[in-house]
Amino acid sequence: MSTTTSSPYVARDTLTVRVELIRQLRRRRTLVAFGLAVALPLIVVAAVKLGPQSRGFGDGDLDLVGLATAGPWNFTLTMLLFSSGFLLTIIAAMFLGDTVASEASWSTLRYLLAAPVPRRRFLRAKMIVGLLLTAMTLVILVAVAFLIALLVFGSAPLTSPLGGAFDVSTSWQRLGIVTAYIGIQLLIPGGIAFLMSVLTDVPLGAVGAAVVIVIVLNILDAIDALGDLRRLLPTDYGNAWSGALGQQIAWDDMAIGASYALVTFAVLAGVAILRFDRKDILS
Amino acid sequence: MRTILGVTAAAVIAFGVLSAPQAARAEITPVSMMIAGAATSAEDPTPVQLDTDVYIPEITPAPAIVLAHGFGGSKEGAAEEAQLLADAGYVVLAYTARGFGESTGSISMNSPKFEVADASALVDYLGSLASVSSESPGDPTVGVGGGSYGGALALLLAGYDDRIDAVVSDITWNDLETSLFAQSAVDGVQPGVLKSLWTSLFFSSGLGLTPGAPVSECGRFTEQWCDAYVEAVTRGQVTPESAALMAESSPRSITDRITAPVLLTAGQSDSLFPLAQANANAQQIVNAPVKVVWHAGGHDGGIAETDRLRALSLAWFDQYLRGGPAVGDEFEISLVEASALSDRDPGTVEVLSAPTYPGLFGDATTEMAVVAPPQQVLAPAGGAPAAITSLPGAGGLASLAGDLLAVPLPGQTAGFVTEPLEQSMRIVGASRARIKVSSDRSMDDAVLFASLRVVGANGRQSLPQGLVAPIRIRDLGPEPVTLDVVLPAVVAEVAAGDRLALVIATTDQGFRMPLGPAVYTIAADGPVLLPTLEGTTATSGTPPWAWPLGAVVIVALVWLIVALLRPRDPARDARPDLSQVPLATQDLAKEFKGGFRAVDGVTFQVPPGIVLGLLGPNGAGKTTTMRMAMGLIRPTAGDTWIFGEQVRPGAPVLARVGSFIEGPGFLPHLTGRQNLDLFWRASGRAQGDPHLDEVLEISGLGSAIDRRVRTYSQGMRQRLGIAQAMLGLPDLLVLDEPTNGLDPPQIREMRQVMHDYAATGKTVIVSSHLLSEVEQTCSHVVVMNHGHLIYSGTVVDLLAGRSGLSLEAVFLELVGEGHRVDQ
Repeated sequence: MSTTTSSPYVARDTLTVRVELIRQLRRRRTLVAFGLAVALPLIVVAAVKLGPQSRGFGDGDLDLVGLATAGPWNFTLTMLLFSSGFLLTIIAAMFLGDTVASEASWSTLRYLLAAPVPRRRFLRAKMIVGLLLTAMTLVILVAVAFLIALLVFGSAPLTSPLGGAFDVSTSWQRLGIVTAYIGIQLLIPGGIAFLMSVLTDVPLGAVGAAVVIVIVLNILDAIDALGDLRRLLPTDYGNAWSGALGQQIAWDDMAIGASYALVTFAVLAGVAILRFDRKDILS
Repeated sequence: MRTILGVTAAAVIAFGVLSAPQAARAEITPVSMMIAGAATSAEDPTPVQLDTDVYIPEITPAPAIVLAHGFGGSKEGAAEEAQLLADAGYVVLAYTARGFGESTGSISMNSPKFEVADASALVDYLGSLASVSSESPGDPTVGVGGGSYGGALALLLAGYDDRIDAVVSDITWNDLETSLFAQSAVDGVQPGVLKSLWTSLFFSSGLGLTPGAPVSECGRFTEQWCDAYVEAVTRGQVTPESAALMAESSPRSITDRITAPVLLTAGQSDSLFPLAQANANAQQIVNAPVKVVWHAGGHDGGIAETDRLRALSLAWFDQYLRGGPAVGDEFEISLVEASALSDRDPGTVEVLSAPTYPGLFGDATTEMAVVAPPQQVLAPAGGAPAAITSLPGAGGLASLAGDLLAVPLPGQTAGFVTEPLEQSMRIVGASRARIKVSSDRSMDDAVLFASLRVVGANGRQSLPQGLVAPIRIRDLGPEPVTLDVVLPAVVAEVAAGDRLALVIATTDQGFRMPLGPAVYTIAADGPVLLPTLEGTTATSGTPPWAWPLGAVVIVALVWLIVALLRPRDPARDARPDLSQVPLATQDLAKEFKGGFRAVDGVTFQVPPGIVLGLLGPNGAGKTTTMRMAMGLIRPTAGDTWIFGEQVRPGAPVLARVGSFIEGPGFLPHLTGRQNLDLFWRASGRAQGDPHLDEVLEISGLGSAIDRRVRTYSQGMRQRLGIAQAMLGLPDLLVLDEPTNGLDPPQIREMRQVMHDYAATGKTVIVSSHLLSEVEQTCSHVVVMNHGHLIYSGTVVDLLAGRSGLSLEAVFLELVGEGHRVDQ
């Protein structure tokens, strides 16, 4: 047995984003999320091409869904519309809700914190990687949807359900804005899940609680009797990205929605950090 | 505690920012009373009794506002607005017009002799109140406001009573006859085409029909109005008497006399009193300032902009009744932006403004050629089936109808389509077209409906605001007649790539149509003239960039709060005198929620270079103590030092400790080697040597090290866990029950490993329940029971004077009797 002294410790080298990414990437749930993002556009295209109605889907052509087969930008936006309400919400909740809780359930949390990974640094790596994986899923969905639609439906630029068509560069711009806005909106389920992840040691509990909260918010949002009170719900702005589909971009609701999502995430993450600072690690 | 404070502070800030505009308001209770109006009728001089609510604000004298209600309504309908104006400091008089609700008398449709004289009587009453400020005796400072029926009253009152100082008039008529008998052909015959559905709805809402009440033909209408109505709907005619009656009740008759400033608001979604009526009022009021607003609402529904219009009304009254800031007479136009995601969503409103009111035909005109051959269309016998463009009285449904029902009936419509627009265009006002019409037979009465539709790239048609322009032609035969048609005034954004279509239809179910069949030949004669307007987006409300800016501020604030509430720096309580002591505790205590004290006042020191056994029965507090030593649990009281550095969560000195506590923890989806590698890279010591080969040898996993941990047995995980603790050969090794799951040869091996480890000058703390094990391995022991320290010292000292007894026996004696041994 050698007699060397302990290795030099550098706090800022603990649990780097790179290391955390390696730890998370090979997990089955990561691959399943990515797989869903790949499979969804393929399934929808197959249904459109092989289904009984070969001319598209939806009962009219008054909205985005009716125009889905117009071209790759339209199809991608329709995929985003389909998935932003639930699929992406669950995926964001999963990637951020399972951060701390899964380490607790594997008993790795205590070893990392005793290594010692400073607690805030631990959360930082967890948060960044959770957000990164969510963004990657979103980008994969957009890329796959775009490519398959390009192959199957041709390359017509974006047709707006509000009338008119855009040129290619504007189509890219609008798709970019919508994707970015949906990404920012995912901070809401992500933020709730992240806080839950710190509060509980059960990964499924954290993800489930976040999804349930988002569902309850959406139900409240659907109750007309609540009137303008609904404007106070962070989830009220989920579809504000449709403002990017007009001839002029209507920023107002998107500005409110994005700001609200950012603030919601900051507050929830702030609470999570303060809670985790002082938490007794019993797992 | 500080967490709670921080969270509360953040929540308060967030909530404050979100709900700042919602301020509480006091209620002003109105006084209800009957006030005498004008004579009941030409024959009966008894004054009618008008049911009124008078709101007196806190500070008087104050200017007054008379609020008139819409057709079929009552003073209650104005209550909300009255409350708002009273809160703003006005004396408000809301009343029920004669012939409605609790007021007596009959409906004369805003006749100057009756309804208008009633309102003048109310102004007299206000002039007698001390609480109403006045310009001279009997001339109170007074404004009048109303919508639809009340809007016409407001204009008429301002024309007849020069005491009125400000007028707000919403969705009302200029000329009752052209409103109800619409004619869109320039210089066309009058009366035009009867809006039969609207007229019937209008009339029936004045009948006051309620379940159980006696039914009467005329309800509360005067005889003259009742006769005029019956004449109109049965024969489509306007007699000279009814024409005179309608002219009297039309603001048109007195608009040139109005000297009070008028806020004229009109609804784009209004097939009853379309924008053209408000336009006529605006053009005719030449002796007073006029501000025109085309909002998104109207009798057909549309999008109600109630809050904005109320704020505008208040500002208008403020300017002209009490010298408030100037509102400006810019023309305001609401541009409705439909929702891209759902055709059931009414959409959102953007307000544009232009410095001057350009009238119906915009400030510029774009010509667009329409190319199509002359087309033959059928006017079906009986006028049915008829196209449905708007649904009078259906409110919000009507806007839906604009899109869903705009599909023209085949054979009944002629369409003239433009080329696709090269760039987007904003149509603000009435488009104009010239058409040629002939019929296959001579007829004395032909009716057509012209409209401008938007045709999308995919062929989908939409009819802006669901409005059509009716045309009535007398004496049409095979000889073509040329007509100039003014299409309905709309506000529509037409996208580049879309086309416009001039559509001429023969039927529309909202209108009275001739019953005889005919086949018309229709041709477009020249281009369509489209009115456009350079509008600027009014900077009303919060600009979009303010939101992200506010969000960034809040996020920064949260960041600051979180940074300020960072737990204290561990370096402050360092004990340099303990720098050679691997582990020391002082009065260490931990009380969990519910009051259970797992550890209570534990003080001991671990000398360097030894193997120390931590002993105690289950629940003695061994693991809690170890967790506190690793910074995983915060002690309720007392301190822990490792090599003189105080232990806090994440204290750097913990890097000198390798730990194995309560079983191993690994990522199941990775191999043993990957786990060790990633743990080492995550531990911040990657620059040093993990001594991986030595550690792997100790683990004895062999080739299994490259299998996924998921496939490991309990013992293999246990050995991998100990290997992980030994990575980098830390100065202090803390092992909790390391021999669980190991077989006897491995246990012996482990004993040797710990012994060798301590021989290098490093320290091993091991907890175990196998006392013989401990006796063979450890030179020192710490014994705990029920959270208390019972013994701390060498094994030799413990056994001294107890000759013949094994450690086990001594331990049982200590624990069993539970007495404490002082150091």
